[in-house]
Amino acid sequence: MDDRRRVLDLLCEDARYTAEDVARQLDLTPEEVEAHVSSLEDEGVVHGYTAVVDWASLDDDVVEAMVELNVELDRETGYEDISKRIAKFSEVTAFRLVSGDYDFAVDVRADSMNDVSRFVSEEIAPIPEVTQTVTHYVMETYKAAGIEFEDGETDDRLSYSP
Amino acid sequence: MSHLSERAERTPPSGIRRFFEIAEETDDVISLGVGEPDFSAPWPARKAAIDALERGQTSYTANRGRRDLREAIASHATRYGHEYDPDEEVLVTTGVSEGMDLAMRALVDPGDVVAVVEPAYISYGPDATFSGGSVLPVPTAASDQFRLTRDALERAGAEEADLLVYCYPNNPTGAVMSQADYEEVAAFAREHDLFVLADEVYAALSYDGGHATVATEPGMRERTVVFDGFSKAYAMTGLRLGYAMGPAPVIDAMNRIHQYTMLSAPTTAQAAAIEALESCDDAVAEMCRQYDRRRRFVLSRFREMGLDCFEAKGAFYVFPAVPGDDEAFAEGLLREAGVAVVPGRVFGDGGEGHVRVSYARSLSELREATDRIESFLAEWRA
Repeated sequence: MDDRRRVLDLLCEDARYTAEDVARQLDLTPEEVEAHVSSLEDEGVVHGYTAVVDWASLDDDVVEAMVELNVELDRETGYEDISKRIAKFSEVTAFRLVSGDYDFAVDVRADSMNDVSRFVSEEIAPIPEVTQTVTHYVMETYKAAGIEFEDGETDDRLSYSP
Repeated sequence: MSHLSERAERTPPSGIRRFFEIAEETDDVISLGVGEPDFSAPWPARKAAIDALERGQTSYTANRGRRDLREAIASHATRYGHEYDPDEEVLVTTGVSEGMDLAMRALVDPGDVVAVVEPAYISYGPDATFSGGSVLPVPTAASDQFRLTRDALERAGAEEADLLVYCYPNNPTGAVMSQADYEEVAAFAREHDLFVLADEVYAALSYDGGHATVATEPGMRERTVVFDGFSKAYAMTGLRLGYAMGPAPVIDAMNRIHQYTMLSAPTTAQAAAIEALESCDDAVAEMCRQYDRRRRFVLSRFREMGLDCFEAKGAFYVFPAVPGDDEAFAEGLLREAGVAVVPGRVFGDGGEGHVRVSYARSLSELREATDRIESFLAEWRA
């Protein structure tokens, strides 16, 4: 594995590692790390950084859903065109073309179940190429972006052992 | 009047006991005093243990351990160049600790001299004493990266010894030995007819090239027992499973003692161990990658704060030299900065003036702990 990939792996583990933290773990200089990060960003490998949130633990009402989307393409319209129309909505947090029983897997986040269903029925379903939507509300998240949502300290080791 | 045996009376309490008590009553302690992985055993191994229980496998196994496990062990050990017959030359034990005790009892007569390479894991000396042997410390030095050299053996007078015991990759220093280093040790052992107990329980955790062993040096196989186990590499400390490999007469003698004292190693753990050997190489490699990154992180931080630390390349410990008395330093660091480390003198000669720092902790904890050490050092030096 080359250094650039190692840097990327560490950013995926924790995007808040400083260049110094990454450098210390990989025996690089902070300048080398920053150069790798810049090139990853410039080349469109890394598109951004975000927090991994357990929305259910907030008092605010935030609802997440996964929407399966089926579409029917015609000569003028391709998957790209549909993705451009839908991905731009701020409610859409992830938009992917997938193999299998349906075409797109859409992650949606809004302030209430009503808002989610209104969004799906008013913004997604009316798109002419969309033939079917199936909405799954997220009931509980156990892991997201590689991070398990555990409650508190699970280390039961003795503080000293030989 | 005490009913305790003289042997028990003479056994000192573990040197870390006092620190353990201070840590218990101190809030917000980050412990770098841990001597075990922060990972859990890989899931396939845990599942094999659960399956074994579900199938009702709660009986004893053969004294020497399940045959399929001994076969898997013998086959696994070939990666380090070891060739042992699973029927005659492998014994499954309740951790390396039991194996070491058995070997001492099988090989040490009252009055025999056991040369213990120090700094060392804390049980070798007491094991030798329980068998009536006397301990000859063989100190190693930071200037040699805590490797065992012919010079160290000669300076300690180890030619008088009957047995030589050491652990590499080393707990507490993180030192490793190369095959060339072992050539010297092997020559010394052959010349002076020493039998060697080689604790290789951290073999899989070598970060700079492969693991080397004395047992493959010419003429050494017949005078060496190699110990390895599942505690460190497979994060199975609590399952208590290790093994010893050596010449048939010695393994047979160890087994005779084992059958009266332990009967057989834990059955559930043996089921987990077979699965660990069969399917967990990738999990071990991933844990190694994590340890290696943390090792580099901690070494870099120590360099930055001007703490003198040789580049440890094995196990999950580094062993920096600290200013002043190591025990006072460790106590101050615990009480004032809430970071637990083990004073080096606990591990015998050559450990004084150092502390053992375990990096079997998450990176965020290591970051916080090293920041605290840095602030504490500034005050300590002032």
